[in-house]
Amino acid sequence: MTDMPDTTLTSDPSHDAPGDHGDDAAGYYTPGEPIADTKAPGGPIEERWQTRKFEARLVNPSNRRKLSVIIVGTGLAGGSAAATLGEAGYNVKSFCYQDSPRRAHSIAAQGGINAAKNYKEDGDSVHRLFYDTVKGGDYRSRESNVYRLAEVSTNIIDQCVAQGVPFAREYGGLLDNRSFGGVQVSRTFYARGQTGQQLLIGAYQALERQVAAGTVTTYTRHEMLEVILVDGKARGIIARDMVTGEIETHLADVVVLASGGYGNVFYLSTNAMGCNVTATWRAHRKGAYMANPCYTQIHPTCIPVSGAHQSKLTLMSESLRNDGRIWVPKKKADCEKDPRDIPEEDRDYYLERIYPSFGNLVPRDIASRAAKNVCDEGRGVGPAVEGVRRGVYLDFSAAIERLGKDGIEEKYDNLFDMYARITGENPYETPMRIYPAVHYVMGGLWVDYDLMSSIPGLFVTGEANFSDHGANRLGASALMQGLADGYFVLPHTIRDYLADGPFEPVPADHPAVVEAEQSVRSRIDHFLNTKGTRSVDSYHRELGNIMWEYCGMERSEDGLKKAIDLIRTLKDDFWRNVKVLGTAEGLNQSLEKAGRVADFFELGELMCIDALNRRESCGGHFRAESQTEDGEALRHDETFAYVAAWEFAGDGEPPVLHKEDLVYTAIEMKQRSYK
Amino acid sequence: MATTTLVKGARASRSTITLKLLMAASGILFILFVLAHMYGNLKAFSGHDAYNDYAEHLRVMGEPMVPREGFLWILRAALIVALVVHVGSAVALWKRAHRARSTRYVVKKNKASSLSSRTMRWGGLTLLLFIIWHLVNFTIGKVNVSGGSTNDPYNLLVDTFDTWWMTLIYLAAMLALAMHLHHGVWSSAQTLGLTNNARARRNAKTLGWILAVVIAGGFSLVPIFVLAGVITK
Amino acid sequence: MKVTLKIWRQPDAASQGAMHTYELDEVSEDMSFLEMLDVLNENLNAAGEEPVAFDSDCREGICGMCGLMINGEAHGPEVTTTCQLHMRSFKDGDEIVIEPWRADAFPVVKDLVVDRGAFDRIIQAGGFISVNTGSAPEAHSVPVPREDALRAFNVATCIGCGACVAACPNGSASLFMGAKITHLGELPQGQPERDERVVSMVAQHDHEGFGGCTNIGECTAACPKEIPLDVISRLNWDLHQAMRHGH
Repeated sequence: MTDMPDTTLTSDPSHDAPGDHGDDAAGYYTPGEPIADTKAPGGPIEERWQTRKFEARLVNPSNRRKLSVIIVGTGLAGGSAAATLGEAGYNVKSFCYQDSPRRAHSIAAQGGINAAKNYKEDGDSVHRLFYDTVKGGDYRSRESNVYRLAEVSTNIIDQCVAQGVPFAREYGGLLDNRSFGGVQVSRTFYARGQTGQQLLIGAYQALERQVAAGTVTTYTRHEMLEVILVDGKARGIIARDMVTGEIETHLADVVVLASGGYGNVFYLSTNAMGCNVTATWRAHRKGAYMANPCYTQIHPTCIPVSGAHQSKLTLMSESLRNDGRIWVPKKKADCEKDPRDIPEEDRDYYLERIYPSFGNLVPRDIASRAAKNVCDEGRGVGPAVEGVRRGVYLDFSAAIERLGKDGIEEKYDNLFDMYARITGENPYETPMRIYPAVHYVMGGLWVDYDLMSSIPGLFVTGEANFSDHGANRLGASALMQGLADGYFVLPHTIRDYLADGPFEPVPADHPAVVEAEQSVRSRIDHFLNTKGTRSVDSYHRELGNIMWEYCGMERSEDGLKKAIDLIRTLKDDFWRNVKVLGTAEGLNQSLEKAGRVADFFELGELMCIDALNRRESCGGHFRAESQTEDGEALRHDETFAYVAAWEFAGDGEPPVLHKEDLVYTAIEMKQRSYK
Repeated sequence: MATTTLVKGARASRSTITLKLLMAASGILFILFVLAHMYGNLKAFSGHDAYNDYAEHLRVMGEPMVPREGFLWILRAALIVALVVHVGSAVALWKRAHRARSTRYVVKKNKASSLSSRTMRWGGLTLLLFIIWHLVNFTIGKVNVSGGSTNDPYNLLVDTFDTWWMTLIYLAAMLALAMHLHHGVWSSAQTLGLTNNARARRNAKTLGWILAVVIAGGFSLVPIFVLAGVITK
Repeated sequence: MKVTLKIWRQPDAASQGAMHTYELDEVSEDMSFLEMLDVLNENLNAAGEEPVAFDSDCREGICGMCGLMINGEAHGPEVTTTCQLHMRSFKDGDEIVIEPWRADAFPVVKDLVVDRGAFDRIIQAGGFISVNTGSAPEAHSVPVPREDALRAFNVATCIGCGACVAACPNGSASLFMGAKITHLGELPQGQPERDERVVSMVAQHDHEGFGGCTNIGECTAACPKEIPLDVISRLNWDLHQAMRHGH
């Protein structure tokens, strides 16, 4: 442990006085009672998790078979939880919308997974990983949860190695590490550029092993469409078999949502096509609070949009910024020119100009916003999509001169190949074009220290919850959180809840079951019977444009209010005019999308309200009204050091805001600077 | 969808790989046999007496430990068993492959497979038909197409290959054999698990080429030289 | 550019299917192949015809969900996944024939969508290392030679898309199975279960109705992750060893 001073909140003199930040969202929400996490034990932060594990009640092994668990999602958080709970002997049902659990989008993570192993003896420790994660999250995460995350990170690596995850190794046969995402220690374990894939396959194999053992049943191509609450407790889900169209009721003693993030509300994102908010949103509508929905991470190095047909965006590793120089032409007139014909003096290396000490290596949000600004000025490059060129150059010519083409090839070969395949351009000859894209959402369902939402018996893990990353997630931390939750946290905390079970069996004709099933059926019938004129995709694309324009990299009071109006109008039109062909009996991909987009509308509106309420800039959330004179993000800790947990109050009713104050006992709040 | 059944009590010996292993083992026996057979055929270049001596020697080999033609019958029995195993496994795998894709593609390209690998089944069938004719020709029926005597092995050989269409049939069969060997040698190495890296794979493929050329080429020499009038009665 | 598409349409598993022809204008060469199908589907939807069902998810070549037989080649003419194939690989006026993976072990669900559950069951049969959560030793307690780790990684890149089965004239899944056998067999952690693993996986493979391997190499040529044929040799070797050990 380090000797980090035990300091509580200190105020920064550069901040405005408390109370200056208005109440932008007034009229859009109803103030509610404050909430707090009641599960984290007190005492020194280092001891809290041990204490909780001891205090959490045990379940007799012979009783476990009688206890049933539903887990929605088979990514790192869901797959690992299903495997572990199956091993423990619980009766697990695992759901995913893909055709196999192995396809969950965790698979696409490239960079690596952090763990405080300190194998490099470079000063890393659990406390330092905790400190970096809280700081990286811009002091908007809950410290107990983050400390626990850092603490169990080391177990993850042990577990994965034992499963056969082929991490990169040194010549001596020991594990290799690299430093990642701007931290000063090497704590990132990796498997070339496919770490997420290898970790997920490990979890998937562990899961399939339990399927063979009979403890886990998998339901692939099943989409959860409703949660069933009985006496205030989550007792099951309604799922649609996407192949037969059958609406199925699945009952259990506890429900776990590990359904991932909602970045697809922006239509274009680096998420998979099927990623959606439906599971968590249906739970939100039944009483689970949605926390900090506006915290979105936008990744600066993605391949730009090439036309209106674009269906998704592809991320390239951030490591490219280590050697590439980012620039745009100084003059708008040069934007159409071949970049190689633009002389050095007519190029604006804007990151190096604005941030001389960090240059091209400024954090993700700063790099992203700067790219947006130059493109908004009309100095973007590449094809004009809907009249605007959205792209900046990432130029390797200096690096190629310095390291030779071979040197660059060795370092970035697969990325260059991928770029060439997608764009048809050779990045060794012409500069790459990049543009930011939505990548990850820090917001999600509110959970306590036990990862239980505000609905008893409804647990939420991985990207679907809000707990560990605050307002910004560090590189290589998403994989860590998913596996920490699934392998090492949830299995301990869920037993405390299950110790009261098995609960009274729920009859299939229970009013709550009938109601949930009815609402699912009526929604499906509505989509199929509307027989309007516009496709689901066209609505989704328009919603995405609104979100990207007004609730993307830079948000303002006027923009957000406008966005809320636009979303409401578009949503009304969607419900009246959507065109979904085919039937409910059988595979119908338009129908699946319609349900997801319907939920994205409601989520989008709440994201805008949350962003409107938070008149400060922190992490991935930048409010135009809250910046320093130099245009840097400005936090207001006195007013906004809280988690915004939103309660659904009914259709058309303003949501209720519950605030959870963030108290730091083991860390001091600081304003970051990258100048 | 809920999963369907998992196999209980799996046995290695009941797998498709075991069938492949049987094909590889019997195939290797055939390769050894044809190499020896080819060596014997090349005796034709040494003239009438040397060739017939060799043929007679095969019959008396192992005497008095085994009766006359005893060794020959042991060899024949082994070859018949190998043939049954080889063909039986091939038929089983062929049927299996057919069932594995009952709906064919409208368009299907071959990207990597060699012609010889794609013709193993029909080529194998061709070889089987040829072997039957070959046995009728020289062993069981002893057919002399030019109407000469059949009790002198050397003369029967020369008479046969003096007939141009017989030579053509034999050369065509040797082409089929070459192709069968080209893929078969590599395939058996792979089935035996001997090709775990790129170099071993290259070597196995080269060996396939060499055996194909040596064996088919070696067999072809005698008919060609008979037809060309170099080997005569 | 303009293309003519011939696409397999089949309403559900029980129905008969047939090839349908569609003309598509204004295809941009920057479109991915699946984005081209998205445009087709928008047009079909507008015209009142149900869109073509096809699988895709990550659209960045890693999840393995997509997979189409394009002009007789699994994933089309490039060595990549269908989602990473772009229309610049085609010419104006081309006719493109699109079929689902064809294997009786992969029954068609609808149009171009197939059920690859057989792959999951092959993994269930033994494609894992039995280690319960929390029981793992310290990661550095077992060093793994770098070369072994690299070899394991190189075949662990399999995405389970099924192109190997689709391309194989015998409908065999040997490459898929061999990749997993080799991945786990290269690592010290995978040794204790090596015999049981190969025997169970092969038995499941055969039980699912996949064909036998004839070592002709169409699978590896179609594999978007370029898994080499070595893995099948390794699979065979492991099975012989298991037999020798009495399995």
